[in-house]
Amino acid sequence: MKLQQATRYSILAVLHMASRPNEQIPASELADIYGVSQHHLAKVLRTLSRARIVESMRGAGGGCSFIGDARKITLYDIIRLFEDDWLTPRTTETEAPTDVSAELFRVLGEVDRITAATLQSVTLQTIINNAERVARRRDQNQGNSHKA
Amino acid sequence: MPTQEHDATGVVIDAASYEDLQTIIKIDCNASGEAKPEFWLECYKRQGAEPNSTFLVAKSDGKIAGFTIGTIKTWEFGSPACGWVETIIVAPEFRGQSIGTQLFDAVVSHFRSNGITTVRTMLDISDHALMSFFRFQGMSAGPFIELEMQSE
Repeated sequence: MKLQQATRYSILAVLHMASRPNEQIPASELADIYGVSQHHLAKVLRTLSRARIVESMRGAGGGCSFIGDARKITLYDIIRLFEDDWLTPRTTETEAPTDVSAELFRVLGEVDRITAATLQSVTLQTIINNAERVARRRDQNQGNSHKA
Repeated sequence: MPTQEHDATGVVIDAASYEDLQTIIKIDCNASGEAKPEFWLECYKRQGAEPNSTFLVAKSDGKIAGFTIGTIKTWEFGSPACGWVETIIVAPEFRGQSIGTQLFDAVVSHFRSNGITTVRTMLDISDHALMSFFRFQGMSAGPFIELEMQSE
C-alpha cells in the first residue's frame, strides 16, 4: 500500500514521540530526523493535536509531546486521519456489471480486509516494542560475534 | 512442563485438571456464545495422551482467570516443527492484569523446553483485540495464509 507523504510523516512523528513519553520534543528535531520541512510538519502536528494524540507547547522549552495511549492507538487510527480513499470503495452494480467484474472487486476487497485488519491490530506500543526487540537481538548477536 | 508457576501478583500457572473443565467451559461459552463441553473434554484428554500438547490454566486466588492450549506439530501443511497456540482466553473480570501475557509466556516456555522456537496461531480476522494481543507479544504475519471455500 502506498501512503501519502503526510501520513508517513505523521506515523513516524507519533512513534518518535510515543517512544519518549512525557518528553517535550522540539518540532525542529522531528523535522531534522525525518527530513521534512517545519511547515509541512506543523500541518501534520495540527491534525494530530486535534485528534488529541499529541499536544503542542509554545515558547522556550516548548515542543510536542505524545498524550495518547500507545497501547490502544493503532496504525489505522493515525492513517484514517490523513487518508480517506485508501481502501477500495464498495462497488455498485454499475461499477461491477458482470459476474467477472464483481469477482475482481471481491478479490480487491479481500486484500483490503487483510490490510485493514493488520493496521487495526498494530498499536504504537507494539511497533516500539518490536523495534526494541530487534535492537536487543542485534546487540546480542554483535556481542556474540565479538566473543567468537 | 513445570507446574505451579507463581508470579509476584499471585497468579499461578498450572496444568489444567479435570475439575477445572466446568469453569473453562463456562469462560469459553461467555466469550464465544456457545458451550462446547465435548471439545474441552477432548482437549483435556489429549493433554495426558500427547506429550506435545499442553493445557494450562491461570489461577488468581484459586479462581480460574484464563487458560491456554499449546500443541507442537511437525510437518503439518509442510511446516517444520512449530508450536501452535490453539487457544488463549482470559475471563473478562481478570483482563488488564497481564494474565494473558503470563499464559502466553508459559506456553512459549513449554515449546522452548521442547526445542521449539517458532510459535504460530490462527484467529478470526475480525477479532482485532486478540490479534492486537498476539502482535503485542511479538507475533506477526508468517509465511502461511489460510484459504477456505464452501463446497457445492
